[in-house]
Amino acid sequence: MNGHSHVHKCDHLISTISDYVDGSLSPQLCAELEKHLCECENCTVVVDTLRKTISLVQTCAEDDCLPGEVRARLFHTLNLDDFLKNDAGV
Amino acid sequence: MAEPEKQPISIEALKRGDRSEFARMVDSYSLPIYRLAMRMLSNPQEAEDVLQETFLKALRALPKFEGRSSLSTWLYRIAVNEALMVIRKRKPELSLSRPAEDGEEEDNGEEMQIVDWGHMPESELLSLEARRTIDQAVDKLPETLRVVFLLRDVEGLSIDETADSLGISQAAVKTRLLRARLRLRDELSNYYRERMKET
Ligand SMILES: [Zn+2]
Repeated sequence: MNGHSHVHKCDHLISTISDYVDGSLSPQLCAELEKHLCECENCTVVVDTLRKTISLVQTCAEDDCLPGEVRARLFHTLNLDDFLKNDAGV
Repeated sequence: MAEPEKQPISIEALKRGDRSEFARMVDSYSLPIYRLAMRMLSNPQEAEDVLQETFLKALRALPKFEGRSSLSTWLYRIAVNEALMVIRKRKPELSLSRPAEDGEEEDNGEEMQIVDWGHMPESELLSLEARRTIDQAVDKLPETLRVVFLLRDVEGLSIDETADSLGISQAAVKTRLLRARLRLRDELSNYYRERMKET
């Protein structure tokens, strides 16, 4: 970063990057941010690592599972024991 | 959550009291709801209670379900409320609708971490230790930020659906999502910066 006004620009644009990675930023702000990203390495790193952060959490969450005994107790509580043998199938 | 890939659940059949359709709904949504409860509460027994209570409440409330929100949003709303009740027993002051929850204000004065760790190999980004760090970073978020992040980024609800599930405005969802994501990014940057030094 070089110079005060530049830092100010980064601070101002940081509030838009969440919408930006979601693809929901207004076209005008999107153009402004992308122009800035061409010139600012720091903000480019922030955007890249923000995307990566979200995808890493998602990858970790994909490994979460429903333990078989939890499913069995759930079906029992709901009086659905006769459907328990069916595959979880999802 | 991704809608089930197989045949969509029939609301009509559910309302008719079709048990096999209800069982299908339970199997489609029990994992996402259990995952949400586990990540909100970090306690398997409490998460299981929330899971059971969610479907018991859904079963009772089905006749009144009007289909204005999707089935998944509706189930999430029930589950979130159940989980929040558990959290309020621990922290009676917690309120989702209060605008600035503790730790949710702007993180003034904190330096952003500028470390370009995104290009590290997947084997390091997702090592066992890294995975633990990622899960802990999510756990460390204040509840009001965490629940927004979980619904939007882990379960894949839209901003609109997240707002609907939580009974807060879309603007509040967006603000909290930004804060949650930036905090997680900072946490992970701290961790990966150290890993990068090692290699
Ligand atoms: Zn910048």
